[in-house]
Parts: sequence; structure tokens; C-alpha cells
Amino acid sequence: MMQVSNTIKTLLQLLILCFSLQSFALSDSEKEGTVTTKAEVDAYIQHHIKDAHDFHLFSYTSNGERKHVGFPLPVIVWSSNGLTTFMSSAFHHDDDGKVVVERNGSSFVKLHSKIYELNAGASQVEFDETHHATNAHKVLDFSITKSVMGILLVGLFMLMVFSSLARQYANKKVPTGFGRVLEPLVIYVRDEIALPNIGEKKYRKFTGYLLTVFFFIWILNLLGLTPFGFNVTGQLAVTAALAIFTLIIYTVSGNKDYWMHMLWMPGVPVLIRPVLAIIELAGAFIIKPFSLLVRLFANISAGHIVVMSLIAIMFTLKDSLGVVGATGLSLVLSFFITLIEVLVAFLQAYIFTMLSALFIGMAVAEHDHEHEHDSHGHELQDAEDVRGDFI
Amino acid sequence: MYNLIGAGLIVIGAGIGLGQIGGKAMEGIARQPEATGKIQTAMIIIAALLEGLAFGALFLGK
Repeated sequence: MMQVSNTIKTLLQLLILCFSLQSFALSDSEKEGTVTTKAEVDAYIQHHIKDAHDFHLFSYTSNGERKHVGFPLPVIVWSSNGLTTFMSSAFHHDDDGKVVVERNGSSFVKLHSKIYELNAGASQVEFDETHHATNAHKVLDFSITKSVMGILLVGLFMLMVFSSLARQYANKKVPTGFGRVLEPLVIYVRDEIALPNIGEKKYRKFTGYLLTVFFFIWILNLLGLTPFGFNVTGQLAVTAALAIFTLIIYTVSGNKDYWMHMLWMPGVPVLIRPVLAIIELAGAFIIKPFSLLVRLFANISAGHIVVMSLIAIMFTLKDSLGVVGATGLSLVLSFFITLIEVLVAFLQAYIFTMLSALFIGMAVAEHDHEHEHDSHGHELQDAEDVRGDFI
Repeated sequence: MYNLIGAGLIVIGAGIGLGQIGGKAMEGIARQPEATGKIQTAMIIIAALLEGLAFGALFLGK
């Protein structure tokens, strides 16, 4: 009986492997006793959403021993004894602080995908009742984590692909090969996103940034749908960095009119102007970047959670629907939701680029200074002034 | 408990908003099919802003 259920398990895992490696490491719950399948699925999804110090492709149990397949990444930390580097394989896939790595006179443990340094004299990490380490502290972590690896790979890929595309234009008019796929997208971003939102005079200066950010987010979103477990655009730090780039660009390139409209809005009663200034300042420096970063982060994280939860249906509903029923249901649902995720990957890149272009366009827009005046000599608001208030 | 009720309210509000945006955009397109492109762009921007607000509220309420 045990043999049969093991065979079924192996077959199931093979099926998932064909479909998506993301669902791996949902190990059998019976052997670990108290851990339920639901809790395990939950823990696995949480683990995937977070950044990690190694690529964990899948794990399996052979002869009662848990085996992990993946590859390690370098750990670079600034500890109390200075710069320390080692490979994350030194932790042997431990994530609960059990394995202590001694390097450069300090002891390190890995707890919930974070590197901690043990305090001097401590040989083992101790926890308080809320499972926080009491005798270890966090270190400055410059490690090449999974997300950093993804960013570096995508950066390298984009550099290669786009520099070869640019070289092709030097020789002849029409690009060949992969460039033919990219050219329409580049022109789309230029003509449909940059040009209408920023305006004919200034759009060329910002098209480079918009193209970079569009392809960066799009490729990383698509990379997140592959079975390697990347979740780069679902990291708050990454989306925050992108949003801060946009913030810096529209703040630095904002012209006189932009600051005037932000700090001392023309065409409204004087008493209201300070109130409007507060709203405009909050909008420009907090709400706009925050909405950019949270939208991308939440969409991608939510997408990953939904896909993985639907894959996990085959484990959680195995008892009530049977193996075939649960697997079929999970396969159909997760297949179609993955298709939607492909659309979302493009849509989020498009929206981020679009809103960046819109914000930059609002900062560099040139207002017509000969405002219309009504019969009492007051300025009438033009359409752009009103638009600025809403966004 | 309360944050779950709040999350539900956020989703209801965002759903009503998205329905309004989509419905009005379709009406607009039906009346003026030649403006489809512009209406779609504006629709996506407004939907994105609404979505950002909804996600922000969900994120803060979590």
C-alpha cells in the first residue's frame, strides 16, 4: 500500500514537473506528522513569495532522507568582522537557524531566508516565544539573492538584445531575427505611450527610460511565470526602486509651471492655495510613487499566490475529489489563470510605463501663459490645470 | 476580523468602480466607435489608478 501511494505521489510530482516546477517541495504531509497539507502549502507559497539565498527547484525524499535539487548563490555580508563571503550551500538548505556557518571569525545562521550573525560567545541560535532570535542580529546583506540574480540576468539579456538591435540599424534599415519582434514593441512604447503623454517637444529625452522600464518589468514578469521560481517584480524593494526612479525623473525635470502649480496654484482663491499645495505635495511625493510601487507589487504577488494555490488544489482536494479529479481541476484552473497572468504581465508593464509617462508629462507640460480671463479679470483654469488635480 | 470586513468592503467598492469605468467606456465606444483607442487608453489609466487605490488599501489593511 505504501509502495502504491508512493508511486502515485511520484507520478503526481512528475505531472507537476511537466506543468510547472513551482509546485515542487509540497512534500508529503503524512511523514512529518503534525504538519497538515494546508499549512504546508501555505508555508511553501510564503517561501516562494519571499526572496531566497539559493535556487530551490524541487526536493524529494529517498530512503527517508530529504534531498534538495537546486543551486546555491553567493552570500556577501558585512559582519562585525568585515566583509565575509561564502556560498549559500554552506547552510545545507537549512532555514531555521540549525546549521551554523563559521567564516572569518563570525558565526552565521539562516532564518526565514535572512542571514543572521550570532552574538559573540553564542554557539547556537536561541528563540523567544514568538520565534524571534534572541542572541543573533541581522547583518548588512549584499548577497546575490534569487532576485538579484534575476535582475542581473535580465539586465544582461536586455543589453545583448538591444545593443545588437541598435547595431543592426547602423548597417541597414530593417532589423533581422529577434529584432523584428522587438521593433514593433519599441515603436509602440514610443508612439503610443511616450509621445501622447509627454508631448512632441520633450518625448525623445524620456523615451529611453520608458523603454528600459517597460522591457525590464515585462521580461521580469514573464520570467516569474517560468518554473524557476523568480518573483522579482513581486518584491517591494524592486518595485520601490523603480517607482523612486520615476519620482526622481519627474521631480528633477519638472519645470517652473509644474512647481508653480504644485506650490501656489494659480486661478484659485488665496486661502485655498496652501491647502492645495499640501495635497499636491503629498500627491507628487507620496501618493504617485506609492501607487506605482504597490500596484506592481500587489498584482504580481497576487498572481503568483493564485497560480500556486490553484496548483496546490491537487494536494488539498485529493481526499474529497480523488487524485484524478483534483489533478484535472487544478490543471484546468491553473492553466487558464496562467494564460491570464501572461496578459497581466504585459498589462502591468504597460501601466507602469504609461503612468510614468503621464507623471513626467505633467511635470514638463508647458502651459499657455495667456490664460483666458473672464469679465472680472480672473484667470480661467485651462483643462490641464484641472487634470492635474485629479491624478 | 475587522480587517477582513474592511478587505471585503474595499473589493466591493473597487468592483463597483471598475464596473462603472468599463460600462461607461463601452457606452462611449458604442456611441463613437472611431474614438475607441482614446477611450481604451483613458479607461486603462483610470482602472489602474483605482486598482492602485484598492491594492493600497488592502495592503495597508493586511
